Amino acid sequence: MIVEVGHFAVGLAFAVCVLLSVLPMVGAARGNERLMALGGNLSVAQFVLLLGGYLALTYAFVTDDFSVAYVASNSNSLLPTQYKISALWGAHEGSFLLWTLIMGAWVMAVALRSGDLERAFAARTLSILGFIQLGFLAFLLFLSNPFERALPLVPVDGADLNPLLQDFGLIVHPPLLYMGYVGFSVAFAFAISALLSGRMDATWARASRPWTNLAWAFLTAGIALGSWWAYYELGWGGWWFWDPVENASFMPWLAGTALIHSLSVSEKRGAFRSWTLLLAIAAFSLSLLGAFIVRSGILTSVHAFAVDPERGVYILAWLGVSVGGALTLYGMRAHTIAARIRYDWLSRETFLLVNNLLLVVSLAVVFYGTLYPVAYEALTGGEKTSVGPPFFNFAFVPLMLILALFLGAAPFVRWKKTQASSLVSKLWPIALAAVALGVILPLVLLSELSIGVVLAISLGLWIVLSHSLDLWRRRRSLTASYWGMWVAHIGFAISMVGIGVTSGFSIEKDVRMVAGQTLTVADRQILFNGVSEVSGPNYVAQRGSFVITEGSNDYALYPEKRRYLARGSVMTEAAIEPGLMRDLYLSLGEPLAGDSWAVRVHIKPLVRWVWLGALLMALGGGWALLDRRYKRLRVRSSAAATA
Amino acid sequence: MNPKRRARLQAVTFILLGAALTVGLVLFAVRENINMFYEPARIASGEAPTDTRIRAGGMVLDGSVERSDESLAVSFVLTDHAGSDFTVYYSGILPDLFREGQGILVQGQLDSNRHFQAEEVLAKHDENYMPPELAGMAMQGDGSADTGADLP
Amino acid sequence: MNEPTTAPNSATKGGLARFVPLALFAGFAVIGVVGLFVLGDRHELPSALLNKSFPEFSAPLLMDESSVMSREDLIGEPLLVNVWATWCPTCKAEHAELLRITQDYGVPIVGLNYKDDPRAARAFLARYGNPFRYNLVDADGQIGVDLGVYGAPETFLLDANGTIVYKRVGDVNPRIWRDELAPALKALGVELQANTGAG
Repeated sequence: MIVEVGHFAVGLAFAVCVLLSVLPMVGAARGNERLMALGGNLSVAQFVLLLGGYLALTYAFVTDDFSVAYVASNSNSLLPTQYKISALWGAHEGSFLLWTLIMGAWVMAVALRSGDLERAFAARTLSILGFIQLGFLAFLLFLSNPFERALPLVPVDGADLNPLLQDFGLIVHPPLLYMGYVGFSVAFAFAISALLSGRMDATWARASRPWTNLAWAFLTAGIALGSWWAYYELGWGGWWFWDPVENASFMPWLAGTALIHSLSVSEKRGAFRSWTLLLAIAAFSLSLLGAFIVRSGILTSVHAFAVDPERGVYILAWLGVSVGGALTLYGMRAHTIAARIRYDWLSRETFLLVNNLLLVVSLAVVFYGTLYPVAYEALTGGEKTSVGPPFFNFAFVPLMLILALFLGAAPFVRWKKTQASSLVSKLWPIALAAVALGVILPLVLLSELSIGVVLAISLGLWIVLSHSLDLWRRRRSLTASYWGMWVAHIGFAISMVGIGVTSGFSIEKDVRMVAGQTLTVADRQILFNGVSEVSGPNYVAQRGSFVITEGSNDYALYPEKRRYLARGSVMTEAAIEPGLMRDLYLSLGEPLAGDSWAVRVHIKPLVRWVWLGALLMALGGGWALLDRRYKRLRVRSSAAATA
Repeated sequence: MNPKRRARLQAVTFILLGAALTVGLVLFAVRENINMFYEPARIASGEAPTDTRIRAGGMVLDGSVERSDESLAVSFVLTDHAGSDFTVYYSGILPDLFREGQGILVQGQLDSNRHFQAEEVLAKHDENYMPPELAGMAMQGDGSADTGADLP
Repeated sequence: MNEPTTAPNSATKGGLARFVPLALFAGFAVIGVVGLFVLGDRHELPSALLNKSFPEFSAPLLMDESSVMSREDLIGEPLLVNVWATWCPTCKAEHAELLRITQDYGVPIVGLNYKDDPRAARAFLARYGNPFRYNLVDADGQIGVDLGVYGAPETFLLDANGTIVYKRVGDVNPRIWRDELAPALKALGVELQANTGAG
């Protein structure tokens, strides 16, 4: 019964969104205050209804209501309760319900915080968000309904959640990612609203900035978490694969990163407005494209849990309507953006333009590599080809290095115009120090040297040193948005150093080991004590026992080869000794003749920096929200309202 | 310079730079890193080129897996169960889902004896996660990856 | 000098360039549509065994392991062979559809219980109902290998001579039944009487 109530609530939310997408828009067109004011209430209503639907399904999971088909195929009575709750987004239908709930939360948040915006502008924005939500809800209700009952055949017990999803990383990863994807709809809605009203001034840029920063921060954290999960759970020590599904989340990230930088120029200097609008449309479109890639099965990956051409057609049609509509509107309206702001070749505007250029080129490369195999097969009628990680690395790495070069100089470049001579005189000591340390540090700490590593460390230091100097210079007037930028940029540098060093100096060995044998890898002794049988709650495993001697330090590691009983699948469970400076990563291959095993040994220096840096970036994005500017805006407008 | 013309010049410069950079990078990167896929039939028939990085796939023939006693070297036969097969040589750890009868993908080169020297072996049905190489597998392989079927 | 200079764009001149993003998007959308329709439904796999006869086998029955069946037992009338297992959630999901197919249309389905525990399989059928005329036990997956089975569930349609005329990888659902299986059965001359009394 409760499930039916939940289903009904979602249906009602759909109806509310029909009203939301029409009434405030009509009100804005006619200047009808009452209609415009409805936007706020309707936004809250759709969220409350969706929350009801979501809780109803959660209830079905927690109470093991296997008459609900979705519960039956994704849960089990023996599953621990926290996994029952998270199993809700373990497969397509439920994860899409979560997606709409998160969208609902964003819509409501915009409605509650739109008091400082011009009424018609806010009303249009809410209507556009309502329209987007309408599309999602239609998809949920008609093509992926998680509330469906499996009658008359009610299973006694459920099929269980995929064991891989019974993991902290995968509990948190999808919601974060969705927060990011869906969050870009806010910038999109503001952009469309600005285009509709013809008011493409700094107001919309200022209004969208905090939302975009927040969405970007979530997306960054989500991607970092996914990468970390892949690293510890997949048993081969990789942390980024250029898998189409990873790319699907990375493309909106690149567009979003370009967007938050371009927005700052639009807000502060009024430049690049038309370009910023386009980026806002692009970031959201790429989020939808990500959904299309993942859910249509056009590119296959294990993430593609629902492969269904009908769903693909729907998402493609939806993509066509929303993005095609937005770009048509852009084509019709963007030329009315009149202002041309003057800036010198050597200016912060140019630097941010370079940032955008590099990010958009990276985006184009990733886009090309991701969709090339599909286009190729479609155009040749079945010839098959693939684009491997070397393609992406080859194109992507140089772009990021150039980006880092500009980023290090950025704090000393001013708006409008900067004297080249003063810039050089400030920068050369930093550059010298960065390069010197970039050579010395790896020599001293790792007693190894390679061009890639020196480049990564030097450029990382270049960014950290110049930003630190700038921080010191501005220490008396630090704002939250400056802190946010500073932390995010330092995070970028840390990630880059991590990627450079771990790619350059990782030791990866596949070896054959007999019980009792000791292997020496990079001054570490690895003693293999053999393999024993152990059994877990829902699996049996062969557990390898290793003792590692690293300097004066001894520790044991127990990698496992698990066989999950419910599904009969074999999984490699790596054992990792984590550390800020290096990870030691062991996993079992297969048993070989005699008492020997194939063993994979990785030593990965600074691999944790990759995720640490990404988390700092996310933190920076969130920090910038605390800026007083956004609060003051609110106070000022309410003062204006009372006056 | 007239400000309006300068602005336009800046815009055009950046657009051209961006386009050139994209095209250049893509062309350079594409040369070596896009790998054609061949089925066993096209390898057995000699259609596939030698000494070029390619990808191939098929089912592991039962009883064909031979491991070395000293090293991690392994060889096996990939077949399409329709009369065509070829031998793969590899050294290293095979994926979890590598099994006789299982569909797998290999990446590497055909040597002059038309033996496939694999650099990478990828099990098709990696339930846990799809390696990047397998990501487009439905396109490269026979399309079995996106069936929603569960693994044995 | 440093004042922002305003230079209204002539709408005619900048106008067309503004539609470049739309044109780009339209181009990609066309590729997407083509890709989706060319590649989208890959469930209908060309099987290596399509239009070949069902491989030779000898397997015990699930319900009576002393009886052994072979390829000859599949000859005589068109029938479906469904590869399933209790470890396979999708099999559970398609179970209702299989029941409906046998009950409503009387189409014979032979089960191939693939790499499974026979006791679990018997319990499964007792609990959820048995759509199968009989079940072959393929505990070590040998028949599956000969059939080129990728995983479960898979469903094969055999004509009266035991030749595989259709193969479905993945679940059989009402859409597959309506669009593919039913037409394929009709093409073999099977009359699908709809005994849809209670649905």
